[in-house]
Parts: sequence; structure tokens; C-alpha cells
Amino acid sequence: MSNPYSNIFRIAATKLRPLLLILSLVVLYRGHQQPGGGFIGGLMAASAYILYALAFSSKEARKKLPLSTSALLGSGLAVILVSALLSVFSGEPFMTGMWTTVHLPFGQELHLGTPVLFDLGVYLGVTGVLLTIMFDIIEIE
Amino acid sequence: MSLIWIVGLVFSLAFLAPFIDKRLGKISGYLYALLPAALFVLLIRLLPAIIDRHFIVRSIDWFPLLHVRLSFYLDGLSLLFGLLITGMGTLVLIYSGYYMQHYSMRGRFYFYILLFMGAMLGLVLANNLITLFVFWEITSFSSFLLIGFNHERPEARAAALQALLITGFGGLAMLAGFVLLGNVGGSYELTDLLQNGAVVKSSKMYVPLVLLIMVGAFTKSAQFPFHFWLPGAMEAPTPVSAYLHSATMVKAGIYLLARLQPILGGTDLWQFSLGLAGATTMLVGAYFAFTQTDLKKILAYTTISALGMLVLLVGMGTELAITAMVIFLIVHSLYKGALFMIAGAIDKTVGTRDIRHLGGMWPVMPIAAVATFLTLFSMAGLPPFLGFIGKEVIYDAKVQAPQIAVFLAILAVTANIFMVAVAFLFGHGVFFGKRKDPPKIPKEPAIPLLIGPAVLSVTSLFMGIYPAIITQPLVMPAIDAVNASPVDLHMKLWHGLNLVFLLSVITITLGLTLFFFRKPATKALRKFNQRYFRIEFTDLFRRLVENFLSFTKRHTEVVQHGYHRFYLMLIFIVSSLLVWYQLYHTRGWGFQASWEEIPFYLLGISLLIITSAIGAVFTRSRLVAIVLLGVIGYAMAFIFILYGAVDVAITLILVETLILVLFVMVIYHLPGYMPKYSRPSSRIRDGVIAIVFGGFMTALVLKAEFIKLSPPISDYFLKEAFTKGHGRNIVNVILVDFRGLDTMGETVVLVIAAIGVISLLKLKPKKKEEEE
Repeated sequence: MSNPYSNIFRIAATKLRPLLLILSLVVLYRGHQQPGGGFIGGLMAASAYILYALAFSSKEARKKLPLSTSALLGSGLAVILVSALLSVFSGEPFMTGMWTTVHLPFGQELHLGTPVLFDLGVYLGVTGVLLTIMFDIIEIE
Repeated sequence: MSLIWIVGLVFSLAFLAPFIDKRLGKISGYLYALLPAALFVLLIRLLPAIIDRHFIVRSIDWFPLLHVRLSFYLDGLSLLFGLLITGMGTLVLIYSGYYMQHYSMRGRFYFYILLFMGAMLGLVLANNLITLFVFWEITSFSSFLLIGFNHERPEARAAALQALLITGFGGLAMLAGFVLLGNVGGSYELTDLLQNGAVVKSSKMYVPLVLLIMVGAFTKSAQFPFHFWLPGAMEAPTPVSAYLHSATMVKAGIYLLARLQPILGGTDLWQFSLGLAGATTMLVGAYFAFTQTDLKKILAYTTISALGMLVLLVGMGTELAITAMVIFLIVHSLYKGALFMIAGAIDKTVGTRDIRHLGGMWPVMPIAAVATFLTLFSMAGLPPFLGFIGKEVIYDAKVQAPQIAVFLAILAVTANIFMVAVAFLFGHGVFFGKRKDPPKIPKEPAIPLLIGPAVLSVTSLFMGIYPAIITQPLVMPAIDAVNASPVDLHMKLWHGLNLVFLLSVITITLGLTLFFFRKPATKALRKFNQRYFRIEFTDLFRRLVENFLSFTKRHTEVVQHGYHRFYLMLIFIVSSLLVWYQLYHTRGWGFQASWEEIPFYLLGISLLIITSAIGAVFTRSRLVAIVLLGVIGYAMAFIFILYGAVDVAITLILVETLILVLFVMVIYHLPGYMPKYSRPSSRIRDGVIAIVFGGFMTALVLKAEFIKLSPPISDYFLKEAFTKGHGRNIVNVILVDFRGLDTMGETVVLVIAAIGVISLLKLKPKKKEEEE
């Protein structure tokens, strides 16, 4: 296939993909305290790959994905289920939030809890859903 | 070890089974038997505590607000059932280790059967009615998978569906009954309900709740008129039949009735319905067993008969009847398990289980023959087997029944005459007489196939001779649990010459007579059946289901016509009419719009939205329409930003962008020109609907300002978001914590939608290619 897209768009898509991904992870993590969260993060991560798919092809974009789209769907649900079940194993009702603080060097603190894990599952799931739908529609012959 | 772990272990092994099977191959079947064997030993070791009435209760909260707990309870009755499930489970798994070794879906088989075992254990150990119901339903659908295991066969699929529909229907009725019982008795915990029997019985809801629960128990335990799914279930691989019939599935209903006997039993309603259903089932099963030719079908009908007997005994509810019930339960499990395993072993080695093609196998398979006859003697109730004791106690109970002793005794003797005849028919038909022409050359079945029958037949002989080994530790605690009071019991093989013994003698004599005149008898009975019992329940059920399906199909075609635009129209019209009616009804408009307060930038954004909307309606290009819709979305996002809802705004912007991309991509595949415009009349119609609906949304939003539902939940969220949810972003805390279950459901819906898209876009064209 000849190149129907502008090179500027292609370069932009290549450079923006990692940037958007990092940004989406930041949005995902800070979601619990400030605007952000798994849903928005997932949308951003998906946009990164959809941009790439528009600039090159969905095949190239699929290659760049660390997991297949269906694996993203499955892992999203699995992470959600694990985060919800963790509390059951420690004798609390289903989906009770559990928190722990990890101390990092330079006085930084990382608040980790099952809701954050839950958000990660939403993030993976939303990314998977969007990419599945988008790629499949792009690939209709 | 906690009771929860017993159930959990079996379930975990079930989920691991396919992987273990992949690694270890054929021998893995035998390995699985180790787990139920270990659990059997574990339960045996709990016996002393149970005998001393130290019942074990363990529970964790599940849905505490609904009083639903994952709680477990071990007393004499659950222990007896637990031992049956694990003990028979061990033998069945050893048996299927050989029987199933050449099946292609072996891993899946073990997954199903272990799941089934876990569910049965959970069911008998459950202390909470809802927990019990959950396990009950797991047994329903895992037995569906087991019965339909040979899913290439249409008969297997039909039988599986039939069993699922009937037991599933019963299960739902039972759930309704449980909820009523929980409300009336004030708790879902069986341990609490056992104290509240009198309250439940005097309540107004007693009749409906008993009837509902009975439907559940009757469907599961194949009581007349729900009995017909059980012979159909013979489509399952034989290890499954052996397990289902001896220790598990069909006994679940008996277990439930026995378990609830102290709470619900003792009333006229209870005694009458259980007695009627049980007696009918007992006779129907025994009668139809006699004319069958398939070994497994014969056994299936005798199971139905035995289940009827058990229900009848539970219904009678006297101390002696309960004793008889418990003993007969053990007797039946032992002989039925063994006989099914033998039927399967014969089928496997000889290639048929049709009694018309069998005969004269005695010299070639002596071990199987001995095991079979030992078992059959127990089934026929001959001394010195446990079956004899069982039958004696049953007769004793019936003779001493308060009002209808003679009637019950006649019924029981009639059913047992058939049982004796069937037992001899089975043994004689397979092992004696002339050898016919079976598909394979007969030889002794493989050792693993004979372990189960050998162990079981010797056990029932041993227990018959030394009944004391089960009286004290097993039977008494179980009776104790059903009667809810301690009992004193001495079982003996020989009770002396009395009325009961006379009945035994009559039964055996008449049974043997029937056996000797089997040829004319079967002929006459078959003729009789064709004349008077032509209604096949299976056919009746099938026709019922078919009629129901065609009715729903017609009904669905009206409601679910498949036109997206009509769905939307219907939703818009109905909802706006309802809201307009409500607004008119309450008459409280209370709209206060002060135009001066609106800042100029909001006015600008509103104008932008309005002009874009008008443009989108009147444009002739699809692309322009979509871009204009995008503009509306972005403008709305801007409003959200102005009012501080940054989260919503970002989401909206991202969603709008992605939808724009999606639309452009879809348009790319559409033909390049606008198709014919719709007719003016339909455009006017759509316009009116749009305006009415838009107006209603506007009115609703304006109205929402003035409606205060007390108390607003937002205060709670504001207050608790950080303390309970550890987050300052309230929107996010609501999504992932306070209302996490919703989010979970939504994500699942999204994933299902994505899978739907895959199947719509990817799978269909491929199939077409194959067809071409």
C-alpha cells in the first residue's frame, strides 16, 4: 500500500504514542485524589494506539500492543475480580477497600489499595474494548 | 480444618483438572480420587465430636445487609451425606479413571464432575438457605454439563436440557420458598430456624412456602410428576449416573426435606403431600422398571422408586420412619452405586447394555457376577444384607404408622415385590440363561471397573451382619438431626418372627413368583402400558416447551422487531409521555429562569450548540453532520469545565474524539452519496418526537433544580470519600469504591459489547467464505 498519509501525521503518531501512554498511566494513578481515573486513562491509552493505527495501519498498531486486544479484555476483568476478591480472602465482605502505604526513597509515599487495582482493571478493560471495536471497524474490507 | 476449605479444595481441584489432565494424561483420573478419599477420612475423624453433639458451625459474611452469609454447619445429617458424597466420589473417580481414559474431553469431564462434587458438599454443609440455594444451582448446571457430556448426540443434549429446565424451574420455586421462610422465621440460618419451627408453622405464609420448597425438592429428587428427567439423564457417561443416583444429585431433594423436617414437618399438609408424592413415585418407578430392557434404564426407574420411598418416609415423620429413611438411604446408595458401575463395566467390555442381547455371562466374568449378586440381594432385601435390615425397618415404620398403616403397608409391599422381581431380572438376564450375540467377546471387566462394586457389595454385606458399626456413629446422629432430639436405637439383623418378618416373606415369595412368570407378565404389562400409559411425560414436556417457545417467538417478533429507529422512537415517546403526564399531574412547574444572571460566555457556548444542532439537522453531508455533532460535544465539555467537573469534561472530550474517529471510519465504508431523503411525513413525525423529547429533557433538568429528595446522598459521599475511600476525587471514589459493583458490572457489559462486535464483524464473513 502506498503512503496515503502525511509524514507529519506519522511522525506525530509515533512520538505521541509513548507520551500518551505515560500520561494515561499518570492519569490512572492520580485518579483517586485528583481528576483522572481508570476510564479516562483507558480512553487515553486507546487513543494513543488508534492514532497510530490511523497513521500506519491497524496491523502495525496491533504489533505495538504488549497484549492482544482480547487479552486486554480478559486481563481487565481478571484484575477487577482479583481486586474485589482480595478482601474476601482476608475475611472481609466482597469488595471491601483495603489500603497500604509504600514508602519510597526521597520521602515519597505511594498509596496502594484495592480500589487502585480495581481502577487498573477498568483501565485495561476500557482500552481493550475500544481497541477491539476500533481495530475491527478499521479492518472491515 | 474449616468446612469452607473442604468445599473450596474440591472446587480448586475442579478448576485445575483440565491442566493436570494435560500434564499427566490418562493416569490423572486415579489421582483425583485422592482428594475425596482424604476428605472422607477427615470427615470420619470428625465423627466422635458429632456423636457428642458438638456440631461445627463456620461462617463468613457475604451480603451482610441482606443477612446472606457463607455459612456451614456439620451435624449428623450433613456428616452422613458428606461421607456418602466423598466415599462414593472416591470410588466413582477410580472407576472413571479407567472408564473415561479414552474420551477426548477427559479434562473437561473431571472439571465437571469435581465441580459437581464440590457443589454437593457445599449443599449438604450449608447452614444458610441462600448459600444452600447457590450450591443447589451449581449442582443443577454441572449435572446439565455432565448429562450432555456426549454433546454430539442430540439425545444427550435434549436430556440435559430437559433435566436443567425441570430442576432449574424447581430451584427458582425453592428460592422463593426460602425467601418466605427466611422472612417468617426471621433468619436464613438453619441453626436459627431449627429453633423457630413453631413460629414458621403457625404463620400465614406456611402453606405457600412449603409448597414452593417442595417443588424444588420434588424436581430435584425426580418425584412424580417430575420423574421423567431421570431416565433421560441416562445419556450421561456411566460414572456420572452412578454418582448422580447413589450419593448426590437426586438425593439433594431428600436431604433438603429431611433437613427441613424439624422446621416444617409434622403438619397435615406436609405429611399428606410428601406421602402422596412419595407413594405415587414409589409405585410408578417400581412398575416401570420391570418392563425396561436397558440396564441403566432399569436402574434409573428403581432409583425413582427408592426416592419415592424416601420421600414417603420423611413425610411420615415418626421416629421409626426417620430411622428407616436414614438406613434405606445408606442401603440404596451402596447398591445403586455398585449396580450402575457394573452396568457400565458390562457396557464397556461387552459393548451393549441391552438385556435382550446379554445373558450367560457368569462363566466369563465370575468376579463381576459375585459382586452383582451380592448387591442385588441387598436391593431385593434378602438377609443377611443391609438391604434386609432396611426393608424390615421400613415395614416396621409403616405398620406402626398412626392412621393409614394397612394402606401404607400394602403400597410398600407392592413396590417391593416389583423391586425383588427387577433385582432377579437384572441378575438373571445378564449372567444366566442362554448367551446371546453381544457386539464384543465377553471377558472379565478391568480391575478398576470392579473395585467400586466389590467394595460396595462387601460393605453392605458386612454392615448387614454387623449393623452396630453404623448404628451408633452414623445412623443415630443423622436421625438425631432430623428429629432434632436424641434417640436411642438398636439395629439387629434378626428381629424375630413377627408381622414385619411375615411381610418380608410375602414380598420375597411374590417377587420371585413374578420373576418366574416374567415372560407372560412383561408381555401383559407392555400391552397394558400401550393401552393405558401411552402418554409419555417426556413427549408432553417437549410439546410444552415447544409451544412455549413458539408463543414467545411470536410475542418477541412484535416487541423485538429489530428496527433500531423504532426502538428509539418507542422509548422516546413512552418516556416523554410519562414525564409530561407526571409534570401535568403535579402542576408544580416552579421554573425560575433569570436571564440576567447568565454570563456572556455561557450564552456564547449555548448559541454555538444551538447553531451546530440546527446545522446538523439541515446539512446535506454526513461528514459535516458528524463534525457538527462533535462541536456540540466539545461545547458541552467546556460547560463542564466551567462548572468544575474536570473529570467529566476530559472523559467527554475523549469520547467525542473517539466517536468522531469511529463515525468517520464507518462513513468511509458507506456509499459516497446521500441516499434518498425520507418522506416528508416521516420527517415531520421524527421532528415532532425530537421536539417533544427535547422539551421533556429540558423540563426535567429545570425541574431537578427544585426537587429535593431527602436526604441528598452527596453529603454522605463528601463526608466519607476521604475517610472511608481514601481519596479526594469524589467521582473516582464513588466509581471504584462506593459503587464499585456497578462499575464492575458496567465493565463486564463493555467487554461483552466488544465481544459482540468481534462476532458481528469478524466471524460472520468468515463463515460465508467457507460456505462459498
